[in-house]
Amino acid sequence: MMSVLDGKKVIIIGDRDGIPAPAMVECLKGTDTEVVFSSTECFV
Amino acid sequence: MSFPVIKGTGYILVHTPDIMHHHGTTQSQERAAHPDSDYLKALTDHTRTYEEVVAYAPNQTYIGSLHPEKLRDIPMPWYANPVEKAERVGALGEIMPQDEFYGLMKMSDVFDLVKLEDEFLATVKTKLEAHPLFKDDVDKLGTGDTEEEIHRFVKDHHADPIFHEGHLVGCVKRAHDVDVSLTAHIIFENLVSKASGMLAMKHLVDKSGIDVSTIDYVIECSEEACGDMNQRGGGNFAKAIAEAAGAINATGSDLRGFCAAPTHALIEAAALVKAGVYENVVVVAGGATAKLGMNGKDHVKKDMPLLEDVLGGFAVLVSGNDGVNPIIRTDLVGRHTVATGSSPQAVITSLITAPLDKGGLKITDVDKYSVEMQNPDVTKPAGAGDVPEANYKMIAALGVKRGEMERAELPAFVTKHGMPGWAPTQGHIPSGIPYVGYAQQDLTTGSQNRAMIVGKGSLFLGRMTNLFDGVSVMLERNSGEVETPGAGVSKKEIKEMIVEAMKDVAAEMMKE
Amino acid sequence: MLILLGAAEAESAGLAAETVTNGDPTFAGPLAGVQLGLKVYHAVEPEFKDNVDADVYDEQIGMMEMVLEVDSIIEEMSSIREQFCKY
Repeated sequence: MMSVLDGKKVIIIGDRDGIPAPAMVECLKGTDTEVVFSSTECFV
Repeated sequence: MSFPVIKGTGYILVHTPDIMHHHGTTQSQERAAHPDSDYLKALTDHTRTYEEVVAYAPNQTYIGSLHPEKLRDIPMPWYANPVEKAERVGALGEIMPQDEFYGLMKMSDVFDLVKLEDEFLATVKTKLEAHPLFKDDVDKLGTGDTEEEIHRFVKDHHADPIFHEGHLVGCVKRAHDVDVSLTAHIIFENLVSKASGMLAMKHLVDKSGIDVSTIDYVIECSEEACGDMNQRGGGNFAKAIAEAAGAINATGSDLRGFCAAPTHALIEAAALVKAGVYENVVVVAGGATAKLGMNGKDHVKKDMPLLEDVLGGFAVLVSGNDGVNPIIRTDLVGRHTVATGSSPQAVITSLITAPLDKGGLKITDVDKYSVEMQNPDVTKPAGAGDVPEANYKMIAALGVKRGEMERAELPAFVTKHGMPGWAPTQGHIPSGIPYVGYAQQDLTTGSQNRAMIVGKGSLFLGRMTNLFDGVSVMLERNSGEVETPGAGVSKKEIKEMIVEAMKDVAAEMMKE
Repeated sequence: MLILLGAAEAESAGLAAETVTNGDPTFAGPLAGVQLGLKVYHAVEPEFKDNVDADVYDEQIGMMEMVLEVDSIIEEMSSIREQFCKY
């Protein structure tokens, strides 16, 4: 089955009080994606 | 083992509407980019009066007048439900109005950089003469300047303006003509931090009754940097605040770690006392100018008041075990290490369950967790959610994963072991430390036995690392048993040791 | 191109998602009026979760499923995608 992730370039916008960006980056390791940008926001 | 204790605290807020309008980064950036923006035009209509700020329930909690458990009973939004007969002064500190605070900035300035207009200064002087903590310090206010002089400093000499009720009443001059680390903007922020830190420390001394001359060391843990172009973060706010607060026998140093710094500082203060290096160590921090009105655009959009209109400050005194006050369990410390990673689960494990495991404790053995105590009245409308509640849910979720509780018990845990957030979004101010004052009561005259103080910091904002950070430490009810230093071995034990040694000698002699 | 969000609340997730699909709804930032129409997902949505290693997901994000309002985040994200996604 084709995944929505396949062959995608990914921009990650994490949230310090939600899911931080590095946690999502870890999940994408081993998938057919390329993380082109990732950062974690802090609203407090 | 004898542990250091929390001997006293001081908690202060300063209502700073004009500083918010002109010096908070959200507003100053907007003014630079869109000077005619609707947001800037809307600021005044969304600004609270001093009386509204005093009657704001979370602020009453911050200064020790409304226990966090009672704050829970007040319906949200809290800004729509003011506390009746609220007072400026509470058991732990006060909420100072802006004009008096400008006086404190001038008192804290030893380089003649703060200029206040003659008439305004006279008014401030009269008010501070009536302030119990500053009535003897009014001479430090020095002299005022004419309105023309102040206009000239602002217009021609790069001074940062000081406004009150929308009018120019003074300025902060730059401290050097070319040094980018001594600009008027930086001196302004640093004097705000110093003056509010001093106010907190003065309240700590007043409330704890400690002889200020017996304070040995001060650790300052705000998020500002002072220095010149050759040593941009040279320091040292701690000693400057010690001097301003009259702690003549103290020295000190600054500790930095974004919002985690206060908990780092608390642990280090406890270590210094436990090691016998110093007897009385004060942890102190003043407020952050830049963060005033940080989420203002969201607040205006939702047509609610700009709630980020106060500076925060606190001071905590750590001393040797007195057999009464809550002990700081230096053996039950949690820390987020380089290898911990950033998954929320790993973070909570390192900060919460690692120290619990060391003490053979369960998550439910801690009565109250003091996490990031940001006020949800401020953060929810800004899309950042209820930060303390999210922290409590994470702790509970870990408890579920560890099999210490059922998932259905999660909401009850959040209420029982958590608290509603009450601290202003001043970065380091909400982080773990706001509850220490109440913990001193709850763990002595109250019915609780354990509280965990948890500080977290977003280091990645400084662009030196992608890492997150955090530390935690346990506070515990004092058993009342105090060991005197050097008395690690009792007379009985010495006698037994001598008997053993004599037996050995005898045995050796018998062999020969 | 795909955008992945980790926002703490449905509302802020929706706002971020709308920004990258329909342009900045606050008409304030650099993306004001720019309709990018990009695909956007939140880390707790099945489109992401079911396509990454289950053990890694559990270790990195699993606990947050108990903390965040997963259903309302999914609802908000789906609604934004239906309205604005081009791809």
